[in-house]
Amino acid sequence: MAAVFAAGILVFLLARSIFVPRTFGQYGHYRGAALAEIAAKPVMFAGHRACEGCHTEVFDVKTKGVHAHVACEACHGPLAKHADDPTALQPPKMDVAVLCVRCHEANKAKPATFPQVVSAEHSGGVPCDTCHKPHSPRIGGADTASAEKASGGGK
Amino acid sequence: MHGIPVEGFMYPNEIELQWSVLIVLYPFLTGLVAGAFILASLERVFRIEEVKPTYRLALLTALAFLLVAPLPLQLHLGHPERSLEMYLTPHTSSAMAMFGFVYLWYLMAVLVLEIWLDYRHDIVVLSQTTTGWKRWLYKAMTLGSDNISPSALALDHKVGGIITIIGIPSAFLLHGYVGFIFGSVKANPWWSSPLMPVVFLFSAIVSGIATVMLVYMFLCRARGEQVDMRCVDTVAKYLFYAFLIDFTLELLDLIHRIYEADDSFRSLDFMVHTKLYIPHIVIQILIGTLTPIILLAITQVVRMTAAKRKVMYSLAGCLTLIGIFAMRWNVVIGGQLFSKSFLGYTTYKLGLIDREGLLVAIALTILPFFILWGLVKLLPPWEDVQGSHLEASYGDD
Amino acid sequence: MNITRRRLLYLLPAAAIAWDAIIAGTPEAAPNYNMTDHWWGFLIDVTKCIGCGTCVQACQAENNVPDGYYRTWVERYHVAGWPEENPTVDSPEGGKHGFPPLEKEGGKNFYVPKMCNHCADSPCTQVCPVGATFVSPDGVVLVDQKYCLGCRYCIQACPYGCRFINPQTMTASKCTLCYHRITKGLTTACSETCPTGTRQLVDLKNPNDPAHKFIETHSVQVLKPHLATQAKVFYYGLDGSVR
Repeated sequence: MAAVFAAGILVFLLARSIFVPRTFGQYGHYRGAALAEIAAKPVMFAGHRACEGCHTEVFDVKTKGVHAHVACEACHGPLAKHADDPTALQPPKMDVAVLCVRCHEANKAKPATFPQVVSAEHSGGVPCDTCHKPHSPRIGGADTASAEKASGGGK
Repeated sequence: MHGIPVEGFMYPNEIELQWSVLIVLYPFLTGLVAGAFILASLERVFRIEEVKPTYRLALLTALAFLLVAPLPLQLHLGHPERSLEMYLTPHTSSAMAMFGFVYLWYLMAVLVLEIWLDYRHDIVVLSQTTTGWKRWLYKAMTLGSDNISPSALALDHKVGGIITIIGIPSAFLLHGYVGFIFGSVKANPWWSSPLMPVVFLFSAIVSGIATVMLVYMFLCRARGEQVDMRCVDTVAKYLFYAFLIDFTLELLDLIHRIYEADDSFRSLDFMVHTKLYIPHIVIQILIGTLTPIILLAITQVVRMTAAKRKVMYSLAGCLTLIGIFAMRWNVVIGGQLFSKSFLGYTTYKLGLIDREGLLVAIALTILPFFILWGLVKLLPPWEDVQGSHLEASYGDD
Repeated sequence: MNITRRRLLYLLPAAAIAWDAIIAGTPEAAPNYNMTDHWWGFLIDVTKCIGCGTCVQACQAENNVPDGYYRTWVERYHVAGWPEENPTVDSPEGGKHGFPPLEKEGGKNFYVPKMCNHCADSPCTQVCPVGATFVSPDGVVLVDQKYCLGCRYCIQACPYGCRFINPQTMTASKCTLCYHRITKGLTTACSETCPTGTRQLVDLKNPNDPAHKFIETHSVQVLKPHLATQAKVFYYGLDGSVR
């Protein structure tokens, strides 16, 4: 019986040396290599700084408007692939009917100071971008200082 | 949401239950193991010799259930092929990981060792008397030793006694740990309680004793043997005592919750009165706890014929098992039916033919009995074997 | 292939960091990122959240989150006040497509974004039996997808409901604080796309981080403080009724 137990322990120790991953315990009780694996996942959103490098005209207009602190990809979606190779992937056309109301459709739970409308009553079915330019939506020109105050402070 | 009906509000990721009926089955099976072993130890350590006829049967029952118990876990895991990781890189702060070692210790160092020592004489004799493939099996089980002299047997008996003594706290640890796996989860107020390991342990003892009692009576009937009433009366008595303790503990938990009425109380109280009404109030408490306690109490105070007592014990035993299963269900499933926001409830959808469905659960519950049947055939618990060790060594106790 | 100045500005350093990290097997070997320099947290300004769900969609796009499961979500609260004991809360599809009009009148109404709290004393990492989930040296709670057994104990142990089993990998999954982005000097996908500045990544080791300065000068709270998880997602303007 004792021989059975001794054999069992030996097998266990052998298994340990074979099967336990090399980087296990490097930083703690986990596989150290996992950190690098997770960090190596592909990036889908390029980040607004990447857009500003090329799209300077849009950037100039946007920073003066009330959408100054809305990131490009908040509306245009993930575009890291486009930033990598602009000709390979063209950003899809935005559906204004769906996009604008996502933020601006009136709801009692939204902060009262946030600009919101009941879209059905507001434009009578006319698309939002007929009157509002998305990169600087305030009608009658954008005043940066008052725009910032109205949106309750920027990022 | 996944087609699961929700009342009120649940965090979106809480709606689907994580632990299924297989995780209900697991503590039920390991509980039977611990309970059966405690019953066996009553004779061995506490010299309650009335229950001797159930000694070997209790050990074999424990082994049959212990062998099956890992199966529901394997079927539940997302990656069962990685389960060896629990033994190779166990996280010492995780009750689940450390429990893997408690389980292994109990299986090998306690149960298998004790069974081997107790049966060694019979195994050696059988290895010399049987023919065919069984002969080779018994030969392998002797582990090379065929010394069955009185001094060797006396040594077996002594070592076996020590193992049983070690085995009692090991059995407590085995099922107490399962209780701790739930009781240590501070995120879940239905589970988080220092009473949980103790409640699990005593309900395990209750279910284990009930199972051995029922199996013993059934096997006697199947073999056309007379039931040893003195044995069964004593077993039933211990079942009754264990049940009283178990019920007291659960009552204590209930009273404490109602009195303290912490932030979880309203939500849990509502759940017990609605979603868990049938499983908890009706099945676990009324049918599964109070009724068997009353039945057993009646047998303790009222004179009855042996035949009537057997009926009472059988009924009480069956209801007990239903009640203890319901208790596991109410802990595991109940603990996942309410939202940790205390604002809502979800529903458990038990599939029929899923990997973790009803049919699998039923199959896993029946499987240990098949294994037990095999073990009983291979290592008879009765005095059938020539020159049986049962008569040889117990004579001098 | 056109190699433009902008491409070099963005692509090369990012790729170099990632590649270095893979080769070295250790992120700290990467030229620009040193794990011990950072202790990541998060700041959520509840007063600014408009419940648009852009963060939920962005997270799904960035991290390939399966439908019906959420690494982040938004809850809407309606607090009627006395004699109502409890708030009314909803989160249709995690708030991914915004919220329908509120039916109830009056009361306090607001949105609360939720996510993994990246607890410093994390109960989920405590219970993992094999070490598949852990707190990284820079304070992010991560799951090793190659090591996880799918036992679901961590999901049970999380008080905040932020974990789930990914049905494709059958392993535990949750917000990674966009670890693959923050180690490259980017911010999380949800912070990047949040239009109102509700969500912000915080480096609790960087005294010059404006979000860090905010936490040090304003009243902030964490969820379920009584559970002592040392959560690192700080909420500004959190109402007492929030669960």
